[in-house]
This record gives sequence, C-alpha cells and structure tokens, in this order.
Amino acid sequence: MPVKIFVPCDSASLALGADAVAAAITAEAALRGLAIDLVRNGSRGMFWLEPLVEVQTPSGRIAYGPVTVHDIASLFDAQFQSGAAHRLRLGLTEEIPYLRQQERLTFSRMGVIAPLALAEFEAHGGFAGLRHALTLAPAEVVQQVLDSGLRGRGGAAFPAGIKWRTVAGAAALQKYIVCNADEGDSGTYSDRMVMEGDPFMLIEGMAIAAVATGATQGTIYIRSEYPHAVATMRKAIDLANAAGFLGNSILGSAHRFHLEVRKAAGAYICGEETAMLESIEGKRGVVRAKPPIPAVQGLFGQPTVINNVITLASVPLILAQGAAYYKNYGVGRSHGTLPLQLTGNILHGGLVEKAFGVTLRQLLFDFGGGSATGRPIKAVQVGGPLGAYVPEALWDVPLDYEAYAAVGATVGHGGLVVHDDTADLSQLARYAMEFCAIESCGKCTPCRIGSTRGVEVIDRITQGNNPASQVRLLRDLCDTMLHGSLCALGGMTPNPVLSALNHYPQDFGLAAPVPEAA
Amino acid sequence: MSSVVDGTPPPERIQALVAAKKQLPGALLPILHDIQDALGHVPAAAVGLIASELHLSRAEVHGVLSFYHHFRTEPSAPTVLQLCRAEACQAMGANRLWAHACDTLALDASQTAQGGTSADGAITLAPVYCLGLCSTAPALALNEQPHARVDAEQFDRLVAAARSATCR
Repeated sequence: MPVKIFVPCDSASLALGADAVAAAITAEAALRGLAIDLVRNGSRGMFWLEPLVEVQTPSGRIAYGPVTVHDIASLFDAQFQSGAAHRLRLGLTEEIPYLRQQERLTFSRMGVIAPLALAEFEAHGGFAGLRHALTLAPAEVVQQVLDSGLRGRGGAAFPAGIKWRTVAGAAALQKYIVCNADEGDSGTYSDRMVMEGDPFMLIEGMAIAAVATGATQGTIYIRSEYPHAVATMRKAIDLANAAGFLGNSILGSAHRFHLEVRKAAGAYICGEETAMLESIEGKRGVVRAKPPIPAVQGLFGQPTVINNVITLASVPLILAQGAAYYKNYGVGRSHGTLPLQLTGNILHGGLVEKAFGVTLRQLLFDFGGGSATGRPIKAVQVGGPLGAYVPEALWDVPLDYEAYAAVGATVGHGGLVVHDDTADLSQLARYAMEFCAIESCGKCTPCRIGSTRGVEVIDRITQGNNPASQVRLLRDLCDTMLHGSLCALGGMTPNPVLSALNHYPQDFGLAAPVPEAA
Repeated sequence: MSSVVDGTPPPERIQALVAAKKQLPGALLPILHDIQDALGHVPAAAVGLIASELHLSRAEVHGVLSFYHHFRTEPSAPTVLQLCRAEACQAMGANRLWAHACDTLALDASQTAQGGTSADGAITLAPVYCLGLCSTAPALALNEQPHARVDAEQFDRLVAAARSATCR
C-alpha cells in the first residue's frame, strides 16, 4: 500500500507555503519511484510548526515540521516516509505536548481528516449526533442543548438552547437557521479552521438545529476575507446534499433543510447579528433595534436561530455523547470547552481547545512559550478588538465568562492577542477608537461620533494638552458610548480604551495611576 | 477577481449576471459579488441596471455598494495586495510593514491611510482588518492568496513577482 503523507490545506498553512511543499513531495516521490498517497488534511493548529507534514506509520502518525521545499530531498533521503529520524522530526503527532495537553472536543477531527472526505468524517464520529437527533422529538433535542449548558461562542455567551426553544415554539410558515461566520475579530480564526478543516461538522450542527426548531432554510454568512472557507463550505454543502444529509429529506426523515453560503463584503459590523440579517437581506449592514429579538422576528421577519460557527459545531458532540458529557467540562456557569487562539507576539501561536477555567498564564507560557520576540509580555488583548487589555496582575484569573466580567474583561470569541513591552497602549487605545470610527454603521450617535471624538481626545492626552481634564472627558465619553450605543461595537469599544488607560497610564504620559471610573 | 476590463463593460454581461441571481431572496449582495468577480469592480453604469431589475431605487443600490469595504467602483490594478492592519499583526510589526509598502509603491501622502494604486498602475494596496492568520502575523493576501510572517524583504519579492507577471 502506498504510504499516506499529510500536508495541510488550511489557509495559514498555505500562507506558509504548504502547496509548494505538497508539490515538491509529489515530484520527489515520483523521481524516486515511490508510491505515496498525498492527503491534504486540515491543520492541527500548531502554526509555528506549519507546514506540518505527517506520515502514517504502523505506530501512528509521525510529524515533521516546519517543512520547506528545501527539506524534501533530505526528508526522503532519511526515509521519513517510514517515520525515520530527521532534524525536523517531532515524533508522534498526538504526543506533542501542545496537542496532548488540550481537551479537543469540537476540534477532535481537526487536522486528522481531509476536510471534504465524507466517509472519513463519518468514520471519526461524524453525523452520529444528527442520526441521534432524528430519533428524538424536536423538544428533546432542544432540551439536550439546554442541559449541556452551551453558551454562544461568538462572544455574547447567551445560552444556545434558549434561542432554540424560542424559535421551536414560534408559529411561522418559514423559520431560518443562520450561522454567523463573519469572524472579524483580530486574533481569532477558529471559525475559519472549522469551515476549512471540518466543514461537515458545521453542516451537521446546523441540520440538528433545523430538526430541533422546524427551520427549513439555513444560511452561513462568511466573510469575504476567507475565500478558502467560502469555497470549502460550498463544496461540502454540495457533497452533503448529494449524500442525503441535507435537502428535502434529511436521511430519509420528514425533516427538510436547505443550506446556502452567503459571502459578506468586508464590514466588521455585520458580525453583529441584526446587521448581519440586514446584509443577508441585501441591505446596508445597519444594526436593528431590539426587541424584537431575531428568534421572534429575524431574517425576512421570520423566527431565526442565529449562532456562531463554534456554537453550532459544538452541538453534534452534545447530541452524540449526551448533554452531561459536555457539561462536565468547564467551571461555574461556563460549561464545555473553548477553542482559544494564541496570536500576535507569541512564540508558539496556535489553537488550544481547553475546558473553561484555564488561565492566561498557562496559555501564554505552558502553551505559548512566551513572546515571539523574546521580550517580556506587556499586555494581552482578550476577546477581539472590543476586549480589554489584560495586564499581568490578572493572568491568573480563570477563563470563565463570569470571572472575566468581574474584572472588567471579556472572553469573547477566545482570541488572545499578545503584545510585548515595546507596545504603546495609548496608541492601541487610539486604534480601538479609530477602528470603531471606520466600522461604525452610523445608526447611533455615541458610536458614530463618539469614536471620532475619542481619537481626538486620546491625541490631546498623549500630546500633554491639558491631560487631567481630557482624561475626565475620555471617561465621560466612554460612559456615554457604553450606555448609549445600540450594539456592542460602540458599547464595548470602551473596554480596550479604558483598560489601557487604567492599567498602563504611563503610556499616556500620565505619571500616577488614575482613579477608577465610577 | 482583479482583472481590469478596458473601456466600458458590456451591459449585456452585467444584465446576464443580474438575471442569474435576481430571484434569490436578498439578491443584491450576491449580484454585486458576481459583477466584481467578473469585472474587477462594480462600474457606475451597473447601478441603474441593478436597481431597475431588483425594483430598488438607485439610491438603495448605491447605499449598499458604498457601505461595504469589499466593493470597488473603480478598476483596481491587476494585483490587489490586502495588508492586515489589525491588532495581532500590529503586535508583529504590521505598521512598519504598511509604511514600507506605501514607500515601495510610492503612494502619495493622501493614500497612506486607505491605500491606493501605485503610479505604474500595477499594484493596488488596500488595508484589511484581519485575514484570520493571526498566529503567523503579519499577514497579507495577494489576489486572495494568503501569505504569512511577511517581512519587508518578502514583501519586495512578492511585489517584484507580481510586477513581472503583469508585464509579460
């Protein structure tokens, strides 16, 4: 049998030359007359090792990385195709501490299978959740999701089962499932990895949502910055349709579910659920006032379940293994696992799926290995552009929605952006306001005008132009944005700004720590 | 996606693209995507046509077209370079890379915030806010193909390769 060699096709692997590596392996094998079976798998999420090439051996998959085209001849010379020693050899992939110390529930197949290999997906537990859901009454499916404690992984952490129950209970001729794949937060890519690396898992989660709520139409709204995710998701939907997992009768049942991809168009605000609905309807991505909530009046005015990619992708396992299995992971009211993304200035950047309760310090040092530059880590922005800058004093707080809220931070979508001691937090605070100004939909004044005024006020502080009164003004402005904005963009931009100001006043040219805001 | 079409794009072509999707609920964004994918931009001439086919006002179509950063109403260069300017890339020197890009492409001062097209018309530089390559920062996309851990030297190589590919 030809030996199986795996070269990832994840965007981050491609960005580091995976296609050229795959081509070089094929060419070198042909030159040497060796029969190989080259598989393009998803990424294991250890991006400092990409392109990570794996070889199937009787004792398991052996990893080599990071591999460049210049290493291919020497790898073959060393007989890497049988797992032999080489300076890039990392041993059994599953035994690499970074992977072994994770709790990969949602990401269990990630990097293991080829993304579009339906049979492999099923062989690794795929569609077991959907098959089980089809044996249950819809209300029982909703109850499983409620009992699992699953909360929205997009950032808002709203219990998924409650949304589902509301839509299931609504009387309407048409209901929708919308997957929010407008993953615009810097420092996050777990949605992208799911769509590129295990797309059938998302399809399965959405089909389960359809069975539970009676929705017959689904939309995955994917950002235009993710062309590979769009292409893979579309192919996966075609394959799932052809195999009977979608369409007029899901696996021969009475449940009908049609799924489509809609491509976004580069507006961060469309990650906000009501702006996203407007966009899918073909309009400007302007936020809607709530109520009515989308579960009651959502897409085209109909009851709509809106969940993030990771939320929906967590559902198949819950249905396959039971609510209790999932709920037993985590701490407090944060149940299950969260795919955390170690990004920015970090030595070992990558995806770490852990149960809630892990600390930033464990992630930064046990997994991340410290900064990429080797300099001290100064600040970590947790939870995207609207998340707080977390100083070292708070790195031992367990990652848990409530514990983070208590210290004025957010878990968000699990992105951690690491900055070393060369970072100027006043400039990052300024950028937060600037970003809000660029991306504001313009509907509410605190966000539209406040963000521009915020840039100006921060500039006056850093220029030493009457800083004491300007700091008061900035706090007052942030208070107005927090309480007066229609959605999280204006309402949460104060998080990075005030956390920078409170924890790093010296970066603003302010000597003494400033008093806390009221 | 970035092919430049000389002269006026044929109205029949736009007409056909609109007709193919006009029955979709919420058809406007898919249609604008198809037009930009085919022509490299959405020409002003398309606005009236789309509006009448979808029973919208020209203002509504213009409103959508101008709201979304992705859509262009002017032709771009054959090579579109989207350089990430968000936090994770900033943490790895994206601001320096952006400055280097503006210098290398000789963009004038008015273009250093929002990007622009180099004087020789070969390359359009545009800011992008996250490509999802945050563990391998700084990142860019060259005609939608991702490149990670980009330094000034690699940037120059990519630009040189793009230029020579265009000149052939």
